Amino acid sequence: MDQTPASSGLQLDALVAGYSGQRVIGGISLPAVAPGSLVALVGPNAAGKSTLLKAIAGLLPASGRVLLDGADMATLPTRERLRRIGYLPQALPQPTSLLAYEIWQSALRAGRSEWPAERRAAAIEQVVAELDLAELGLRRMDELSGGQRQMVGLAQAIVRAPRLLLLDEPTSALDLRWQLTVLDTLRRHARATGTLCLVAVHDLNLAARFCDQVLVLHHGALAAAGAPAQILTPALLRQVYGVRARVETCSQGHLMVLADATASAASDSVPSPLAATS
Amino acid sequence: MTAPTSPAAGLSAPPALAGRYAQFARRRFLVLGVMALALLACTVADMAIGPSDLSFADVVRGLLWPDSVPTAQQVIIWQVRLPYAVMALLVGASLGLAGAEMQTALNNPLASPFTLGLSAAAAVGASVAVVSGVTWIAWTENLAVPVFAFIGAACATGLIQWLSWRQGATVDTVVLFGIALLFTFESLLWLLQYVADSNALQQIVFWTMGSLGRATGIKIAIVGTVLGLCMLWSATQVWALTALRAGEDQARSFGIPVERLRLVTLLRVSLLAATALSFVGTIGFVGLVGPHMARLLLGEDHRYLLPGAALAGALMLSAASILSKAVIPGVVLPIGIVTALVGVPLFMVLVLRQRRL
Repeated sequence: MDQTPASSGLQLDALVAGYSGQRVIGGISLPAVAPGSLVALVGPNAAGKSTLLKAIAGLLPASGRVLLDGADMATLPTRERLRRIGYLPQALPQPTSLLAYEIWQSALRAGRSEWPAERRAAAIEQVVAELDLAELGLRRMDELSGGQRQMVGLAQAIVRAPRLLLLDEPTSALDLRWQLTVLDTLRRHARATGTLCLVAVHDLNLAARFCDQVLVLHHGALAAAGAPAQILTPALLRQVYGVRARVETCSQGHLMVLADATASAASDSVPSPLAATS
Repeated sequence: MTAPTSPAAGLSAPPALAGRYAQFARRRFLVLGVMALALLACTVADMAIGPSDLSFADVVRGLLWPDSVPTAQQVIIWQVRLPYAVMALLVGASLGLAGAEMQTALNNPLASPFTLGLSAAAAVGASVAVVSGVTWIAWTENLAVPVFAFIGAACATGLIQWLSWRQGATVDTVVLFGIALLFTFESLLWLLQYVADSNALQQIVFWTMGSLGRATGIKIAIVGTVLGLCMLWSATQVWALTALRAGEDQARSFGIPVERLRLVTLLRVSLLAATALSFVGTIGFVGLVGPHMARLLLGEDHRYLLPGAALAGALMLSAASILSKAVIPGVVLPIGIVTALVGVPLFMVLVLRQRRL
């Protein structure tokens, strides 16, 4: 793995992006997020989460600056940029007759062609061990379930050892056990390798439990950013999601978001902070 | 759940999965080897069958030690049978390779040189040459029809390339445009057949049924050179094409310029198909089924799939060539008719055995 440079982390400066001339995210700025962090990107549907991830990866035309470890990503050639940034798209890998091993191999040959064969083989072994995918390695993609294909795709993003991992809903097709496994593994991967992981998720409880920071997107703008306990409040959930919710601490000490009703269905006004954070 | 290993531990760990994968790779090399041997046997058998019956041994002797067979047999083997058999091999390989690349580039299992109307465009070009009588010009007597067929296919290619180059043209748009081109060129072909005199009409119909009998040394050299260059070109993109099979977004995330890859691949496909079809006429099915046979036998890692599709295409056309001469003794059926008759049963056997495409 690369060594973490002194000036490190991800910083966004007035990032604007969209599709076909239509602006989806407008002027997002983010002070430096430290490497080795697991950061959740949350927000309602169509808030611009996927667009923001694509814009950071340089896969969409965007204005503004994306700085990673002090380097302006816009100044780097595409291949070099995508060596530093790993991006997992929302769409699952296709159910083809490729073996999972070949999916990982092709990612390395296409994206890390400078690595010698031994290093590529070792990188695959490592990610397979990390994500516990040994059983899937030599199976065809069209024989795997959606969740299994999602795990193969996740390994495909991680295997190239990028400095920044952008994961667009990596748990959308996973059962409860694998959701916990993935987030826990990502957190440990981030700690062990210094990789900064930015993960778009819908499950606020997963975000609260595993992530160091939460970025909340609303209507293409950054509504809030910070530690889960500071950010996830009933007032914010009402404002961003339009729901009446409680944020409580469970018997295990984890922060829990409990949605009671949509704000329109609730007859009362915004619940008091005292009642919501018992 | 397994604890993450350190990078150093990863590097020193025995590559267990790689070792197990190597067995798959060896099996695929074996399959490619068996296909190559089958193709060799088919090619020799193709050369043995014809109006003047030669034995398998005669053909092998005539090829390896020409002086050991009578002069008449030498002439038959070297000047009649060999060009015919080699043309079958080269055209089949070209169409198989073109079909496999097209199916990957367009992410469509039904894609083939027919899908984008290349064959129909080549037929229109050839028909224009026949109807206009340009074949009677002495210096172009042999090459006028192929040259016009190539121009026809190149026109279709140019239109497709133009559409692919335009921003926002999705894979589905390109396929739909290809189908529209197919119907347009077929209508033009019917129009040309309608206005053609009986002699020209006969020539057009014969051309559209496909024939390997037009093989000559120069034509073989052209098809062989284009195939060789395109295979080398494809070899530089096998990893990008394999990554593309995982998904467009995935491929983009590795820095693969997907639109450019698609454009270049379609250009290569057009070159292969236009060159092959312009010399032998319309030969269907090989470009569609050859890649599927290869995919069923070898998977979709393009290091194996592309040579496998070329071998499968060559094998199909070679087998079709044998049948075209063997079904009715003394009569050579148009190869385009036989390819489907050979390909469909073989394809169905493979599909039913594997129960998947």
